[in-house]
Amino acid sequence: MIEFRGVSKLFPDGTLAVDDFSLVIPSRKTTVFVGSSGSGKTTLLRMINRMVDTTSGTIEIDGQPTTALEAVALRRSIGYVMQNSGLLPHLRVVDNVATVPVLNGVPKKEAREAALVLLDTVGLDRSLAERYPSQLSGGQQQRVGVARGLAANPNILLMDEPFGAVDPIVRSELQVELIRLQRDLDKTIVFVTHDIDEAFLLGDQVVILEKGGVIAQVGSPTEILTAPANEFVATFIGAERGKRALSIQKTATGDILVDSEGRAAGVLVQQSEGVVR
Amino acid sequence: MNWIVNNGDLIGQLVVAHLATAIPPIILSFFLSIPIGWFANRFQVSRGILLTVFALLYAIPSLPLFIVLPLIIGTGLRDPINVVIALTIYGIALMARSTADGLASVDPDVRQAATAVGYSARSSFWRVELPLAGPVLLAGIRVVAVSTISLTTVGAVLGIDSLGALFTDGYQRNIPSEILTGIVVTIALALAVDFLIVRIGRLLMPWSRIVGAGGGRSARRQRTAATA
Ligand SMILES: Nc1ncnc2c1ncn2[C@@H]1O[C@H](COP(=O)(O)OP(=O)(O)OP(=O)(O)O)[C@@H](O)[C@H]1O
Ligand SMILES: [Mg+2]
Repeated sequence: MIEFRGVSKLFPDGTLAVDDFSLVIPSRKTTVFVGSSGSGKTTLLRMINRMVDTTSGTIEIDGQPTTALEAVALRRSIGYVMQNSGLLPHLRVVDNVATVPVLNGVPKKEAREAALVLLDTVGLDRSLAERYPSQLSGGQQQRVGVARGLAANPNILLMDEPFGAVDPIVRSELQVELIRLQRDLDKTIVFVTHDIDEAFLLGDQVVILEKGGVIAQVGSPTEILTAPANEFVATFIGAERGKRALSIQKTATGDILVDSEGRAAGVLVQQSEGVVR
Repeated sequence: MNWIVNNGDLIGQLVVAHLATAIPPIILSFFLSIPIGWFANRFQVSRGILLTVFALLYAIPSLPLFIVLPLIIGTGLRDPINVVIALTIYGIALMARSTADGLASVDPDVRQAATAVGYSARSSFWRVELPLAGPVLLAGIRVVAVSTISLTTVGAVLGIDSLGALFTDGYQRNIPSEILTGIVVTIALALAVDFLIVRIGRLLMPWSRIVGAGGGRSARRQRTAATA
């Protein structure tokens, strides 16, 4: 569990990026921060692993303040995946993945072997292991980034728009892959995006942010869709328009769902089991 | 031609002496420029001042420096150490800027990523930033090497052995082929050392040619954009 208590961040230039932010992030679930550019998502994420120091307030991980550990040790215990992969261009793929274990003192050979297994985990062919990052496609680089984030077997994985720079087809591949991974690994994932569809797809808990890290609404995708807290949220998730505002239309061949423009969007089916999140 | 054949041994000795004087300053200026380059980038004001001061060192005329240095550091006038120190000063004058530029050229995203995964500031510098500055450092040290090998000849005026002795001796005794030999061999030596440095660079930075060959992320992004 990660808990923000009254956290603020005032940058030296006077920007109040986050103002009195409080939130509980449950363990082994995916929490998504979603909001427009400059709403403080990256700042919030980076305060968890202390890449950015808080100006006031505390952040606790499993009841222990993040300041209890040395910042470098804290970062090594938390996986971090960023946009554009952030791979080190002068290290081969396998060494990029092995970076954190090697920093932690695991023998190089052992770390490289473990890294190869991780390449399998994220669905990359081992033949790519000896390449340099620049010799991979954007989607492959992101997979390597995820593998590196998992290498030290952290409980927490921070992901800052990890799929923001790849094309839509690869992005949805990676999203599906992440859902599969999370089912097996059960990490506490904090995921940042400004794509509301991605947030609803991946998030168990979705946090919609306004400027200054102000929480507009927290809840499951269902809660947010069915009961937007205010006008801002409703507009942000597009509840009143487009493909989210579906209505039932009776036709000669049966009932269909149409969006606000009247385009056919799907059909209603009886769900046998499972609950919508 | 006859002169060369008859003096093969002398030329060989002078090449060795030349290298013995020239190589330490090349290596020293490479390593001494690292803290200077680091410091230059550390603070915004330090960069301009520091780099200007070091660049001005190159404007000191070499012969007076060779003569004044022994007075300052208390060595003998004909001690090769004077030349080594003087050449190191010139080397640093050239190299400090390259090192500062090289370190500054490292992609901030990569630096952030190194911090994010848990490199300490120190290990990030030695294991990420300095290696990634490598191609710029390489370009800088090549200039230093060629400049140093050429400047080493000036020591001959003070009687310190180097290929420059072929100019001074050839001039005094009026042997044009000796002067010419001095020039040609000095140039050949500079080219050989340059070649060696490039080789070492390739060995140490196998990744740089791949990135440099246009396989880089930005190059690909442009390609993707063009086809999209
Ligand atoms: N190092 C910094 N110094 C000063 N201001 C900063 C710094 N980093 C971020 N900010 C400011 O803090 C605010 C929040 O930035 P942040 O990067 O957290 O936003 P974000 O939600 O991640 O945006 P994006 O979607 O564009 O990534 C912005 O106004 C930004 O300009
Ligand atoms: Mg951001």
